[in-house]
Amino acid sequence: MDRTQLLIGVAVALFSIGLVGVVVRRNVLVMLMCMELMLNGVNLSLITFAQQTATTVGAVVVFLVFVVATVEIALAIPIVLLLVRDRHTLDIGAYNELRG
Amino acid sequence: MLTLIVVLPLVGFLLNGILATRLGGNVVGNRFVTVVGCGLPIASFALVVASCLTLAAGGYAPLVEVAYRWAQIGDGSFEVAFYFDRLAAVMALVVTGVGSVIHVYSVGYMKDDPSYGRFFAYLNVFLFFMLLLVLGRSLLVLFVGWEGVGLASYLLIGFWFDDLANARAGKKAFITNRVGDAGFLLGMFLLYTTFGTLDMDRINAAFGGTAPVVSASLVGLLLFIGATGKSAQIPLHVWLPDAMAGPTPVSALIHAATMVTAGVYLVARMAGVYVHAPEASAVIAVVGVATAFFAATIALVQTDIKKVLAYSTISQLGFMFLALGVGAYAVAIFHVVTHAFFKACLFLGAGSVIHALGGEQDVRRMGGLAKKIPLTFWTFAIATAAIAGLPPLAGFFSKDEILWFAFASTRGGTPWLWVVAAATALMTAFYMFRLLWLTFLGRSRMSAEVEHHVHESPWSMTGVLVVLAVLSAVGGFIAVPHFLEPQLALPAVHESLHAAETPLVVVSVVLALAGLAAAAFLFGGPSERVERLRARFAGVHRVLSAKYFVDELYARLIGRPLVWISDRVFLRLGDRALLDGTLHGMAALGRASGRVLARIQTGSLHLYAWLVLAGIAGALIWSSRHG
Repeated sequence: MDRTQLLIGVAVALFSIGLVGVVVRRNVLVMLMCMELMLNGVNLSLITFAQQTATTVGAVVVFLVFVVATVEIALAIPIVLLLVRDRHTLDIGAYNELRG
Repeated sequence: MLTLIVVLPLVGFLLNGILATRLGGNVVGNRFVTVVGCGLPIASFALVVASCLTLAAGGYAPLVEVAYRWAQIGDGSFEVAFYFDRLAAVMALVVTGVGSVIHVYSVGYMKDDPSYGRFFAYLNVFLFFMLLLVLGRSLLVLFVGWEGVGLASYLLIGFWFDDLANARAGKKAFITNRVGDAGFLLGMFLLYTTFGTLDMDRINAAFGGTAPVVSASLVGLLLFIGATGKSAQIPLHVWLPDAMAGPTPVSALIHAATMVTAGVYLVARMAGVYVHAPEASAVIAVVGVATAFFAATIALVQTDIKKVLAYSTISQLGFMFLALGVGAYAVAIFHVVTHAFFKACLFLGAGSVIHALGGEQDVRRMGGLAKKIPLTFWTFAIATAAIAGLPPLAGFFSKDEILWFAFASTRGGTPWLWVVAAATALMTAFYMFRLLWLTFLGRSRMSAEVEHHVHESPWSMTGVLVVLAVLSAVGGFIAVPHFLEPQLALPAVHESLHAAETPLVVVSVVLALAGLAAAAFLFGGPSERVERLRARFAGVHRVLSAKYFVDELYARLIGRPLVWISDRVFLRLGDRALLDGTLHGMAALGRASGRVLARIQTGSLHLYAWLVLAGIAGALIWSSRHG
């Protein structure tokens, strides 16, 4: 198993852990962290492919993803804070007002 | 110079319309309005006179002045060009001349009206459009003027729009005219597709040259439909009597002297087409004489002083169309001129009477005014004699020539046209002298209150009356047909009928005198004579008073079906069922599907994530299969 395959494997693992975390965990903060994991898994795969093909496009996209992730967290954390201040719980099941 | 003639009244409209109305805050006083509103039309008149001198100096070669290129479409170009020849000169002189004196008259008549500035603004804009109509070289420019005078007429009929009846009368005039305009437009389209130009001199020339490629009668009839609307001929005559709702100077200027003669002008201007259109000419003659006859019969029994004059106007317009129909275009224009003089005088005289009586218009509550307002009486009497056709006043000459050509023209003159026209002339004399008697002579039938306040009008009004009365008296000596002959040749006359000319003149004078005598006998004597006559012909009287039930007929035939179709088909079926139904159906569909789809909106974030996951997986599988 060469290095590229290893790195891709790590990326897939990160993404899968994140995905499973988002799907099964009920804690809002943990779900957010899992989302970050998924983003990082994607980033890793991008970097790997960029190196393999010897181009810079992938690296540039990674920076873009960083920015998006930062902004997302910057928005998500205050939302979570407001939610918690209202209901005093981090359980996602408590916030289902949009149910049809 | 021609452009300036047209533009000056527009300037007056803009100045008065902006500065002297509530729109602009009434920043100027009535004195300014008077100076601008009357001064600019008079300046226009002076320029027309100057143009006539230029025309004469140039050997009567038409003056052409291109003011503006309106549009260039392919090879065709539409220009706002003015064309000044003998015909345009006569019409422009009448429009600006009679127009100016009526402006001056309005100064006295409208003095106490709160919307003094608005009135003059409207009058000026009317004059602008009328001059555009008369001086335009292309049918398109003429049409702009044609619609513009319709607009001015609408605004002025409904000038006192606080009264719903006035607003309705304005609307009726506007809508009735639209019917005619449809024909006019179709005629224009036909001419443009055929000749590629709308310049009237070119079209006339094109018809005169090689074999015409389009039926002259079709073009002629379509344009005549437009003329019936504007000039209130059967079957579109219904708007003119109602148009009397406007202020009296408006009735004099627009609904008697100038605008309603636009149809006559149009036909005379397109004479080059009509000489090749015997069928259309026959239609015009028959419609004209029928209108003249029926309008005169209605005028016999009307009791509103302005309504009598309105039906008289329709009748006289019928005479003009009769002349056009038998090919005597110059004679029709002659009658336009003389009619402008005496009918303006009559209307303004009626305005003076109404002014004196504080708004009373019913002749049954007048009488014996001759001594109290002598100047109005004498001018009114002269104009009455002129319209009745007593020699040597203006109406005698023009009407007599119309009768003669209706009898003897080789372009469709026949004895029966003469018989109907002569009968109409007799009725004209009768109803006009009836009006004179009921208004000015005999016993007073006014209330003491009104009688006490009767007063002669100010000099700005009576002066105008005198001017117009003088013109009504001597206007017949202006040889308009002779002046126009190089442009609009008179039709040939049947050789065999030449001997009949003098007897016919004698007959028409006798008819006029007979009308006078009959009116004097009936209305000068005891009132039982009239009562007995009315009792004997009660049925006829009822039909005439109701104006042959034409309005009712139109309401039944056109109004009601239209309302029915609008209500049932357009409103209930089209609007409510089809349009609203479709939209409501779509809204209901959306709501129903929303109710179903809302079920999967569980509020559980995990389910959503699973669904997203399944979606991504599905997309990946699909793309790997088909990639």
